[in-house]
Amino acid sequence: MNHAILQMVCFIAFAVVAVGAALAVVSVKNTVHAVLALVLTFFSAACLWMLAEAEFLALALVVVYVGAVMVLFLFVVMMLDIDLEPMREGFIKYLPIGIGAAVIMLLEMLGIIGIKTLQVPAGPNPAGMSNIEWLGTALFTHFLLPFEIAALILTVGLVAAVVLALRVRTFSRRQNPAAQSAVRAAGRVRMVKMAASTTAPGPTTVGEDSQA
Amino acid sequence: MSMSSDPMILLWTLAKILVIAVPLIIAVAMYVWWERKVIGWMHVRMGPNKIGPFGLLQAFADVTKLLIKEIIIPTNANRFLYFTAPLLAVIPALAVWAIIPFDNGAVLSNANAGVLFLLAMTSLGVYGIILAGWASNSRYALLGAMRSAAQMISYEICMGMALVCVLILAGSLNFTAIVEAQAGGKGLFDWFWLPLLPMFFVYYISGVAETNRLPFDVAEGESEIVAGFHVEYSGSAFALFFLAEYANMILLSFLAPILFLGGWLSPFQGWHLGWFSQPGWWWLFLKFFIFATSLIWLRATFPRYRYDQIMRLGWKVFIPISIAWIFVAGLFKYFNVVTIGH
Repeated sequence: MNHAILQMVCFIAFAVVAVGAALAVVSVKNTVHAVLALVLTFFSAACLWMLAEAEFLALALVVVYVGAVMVLFLFVVMMLDIDLEPMREGFIKYLPIGIGAAVIMLLEMLGIIGIKTLQVPAGPNPAGMSNIEWLGTALFTHFLLPFEIAALILTVGLVAAVVLALRVRTFSRRQNPAAQSAVRAAGRVRMVKMAASTTAPGPTTVGEDSQA
Repeated sequence: MSMSSDPMILLWTLAKILVIAVPLIIAVAMYVWWERKVIGWMHVRMGPNKIGPFGLLQAFADVTKLLIKEIIIPTNANRFLYFTAPLLAVIPALAVWAIIPFDNGAVLSNANAGVLFLLAMTSLGVYGIILAGWASNSRYALLGAMRSAAQMISYEICMGMALVCVLILAGSLNFTAIVEAQAGGKGLFDWFWLPLLPMFFVYYISGVAETNRLPFDVAEGESEIVAGFHVEYSGSAFALFFLAEYANMILLSFLAPILFLGGWLSPFQGWHLGWFSQPGWWWLFLKFFIFATSLIWLRATFPRYRYDQIMRLGWKVFIPISIAWIFVAGLFKYFNVVTIGH
């Protein structure tokens, strides 16, 4: 078996799964199933990138999207009580718009990449470095400023999300962990000394009547 | 490997996978036995002692019992996801072992992106738990799944940051390179636990929280929500969750030594103690055994954390420590404070 053929078989398998799962995202009835189909789409895309030897991109996709974003997404979708029927009514009506958008996106992508470059195989790794080494060097030398700005924008987005979601309630009661940790038994429990055994109070009167 | 044809490479890889996976599954069984034995001693009990010598066959008897039990599917459970969930829990737990080195060169895939692969696979494990809770169509199971998901996502962050500190110092994402970076003439004082001491603790405690073990086992919480996400599971489906949890514990017990305690390096390297100064797989397995036992010790010692305390520890204590120590690790690297390799 040729190495190229094996790679081709793998590519077709992953591609078919990716496309099938993407179709399932918009066509299955259950929303949780749709989210899981999206997870499968991401995972298959990661496998495709792995096949193209873009291992950093592939693993980052799995870590960020599959491992974090989609988990939160699934979390939310599970909590929602969605009535599915009204949501599916518009499916056929909006299908032409969706297909139109997809075709435009395809054309745009082909325009960016250029149809001719699709035929050219990817170049070898520069200077024999691994993918990640090369990416790290590029990010922290030539693209340091854009990289830092992107990080700053993400942090601003994070702070904005927290501020939007934060509701300051006037009567909220919170715990003070420092005070909780500082609690000592002496302040809460009173130890009472008691003798292990005590004598019965007063003289016994039982038996006096029976003596007579 | 001189074999050139693809089928031979595939067969050879399959053989190597079996050589790792089968002992791993047996190790899970032995670990369960060891856990019950150690907890028994700590409780001044005998532990399992009836089946086989020292009760050694108890775990295998339990597995057989689980496998021949009927699997009961709750009414209105989502059948497809109900059966997929245990598989989603166990597949990542086994897949991670592809990049774990047992000795210099004794690894299935010496991938350059080993640490990333580890992060990717461990982040997948949460799906099995969430889906099990949701598909069971049970309130207790859903509560357990929600708790577990929130906990695993929270602790994954500081665990990832601990890994970042290690790879800043080692300058590599490859596990073999990370271990070799800890080699040096000072033996155990050249390992990463010393410059990264706070992160070592953060990593270990986060690892315990990631595996949903006591004192962080609110996802199961017997006294509150029966058994959490797997309350509706029986028979072999339950056994798969069990396998995944213990495989993850064994993974943590291997990773902590590899990342922070020099992996297969001898603690006395460069001390000229003859055989004791030689690196070898036995050092890694010895360290593994100590960590695996410490997980059991934790279980027998600590009461369960309250849920809000778990969240506070993860977000308000560990993450600030991690962010600060990434900066410190960067300074160590920049000023060459830590010697890397020989």
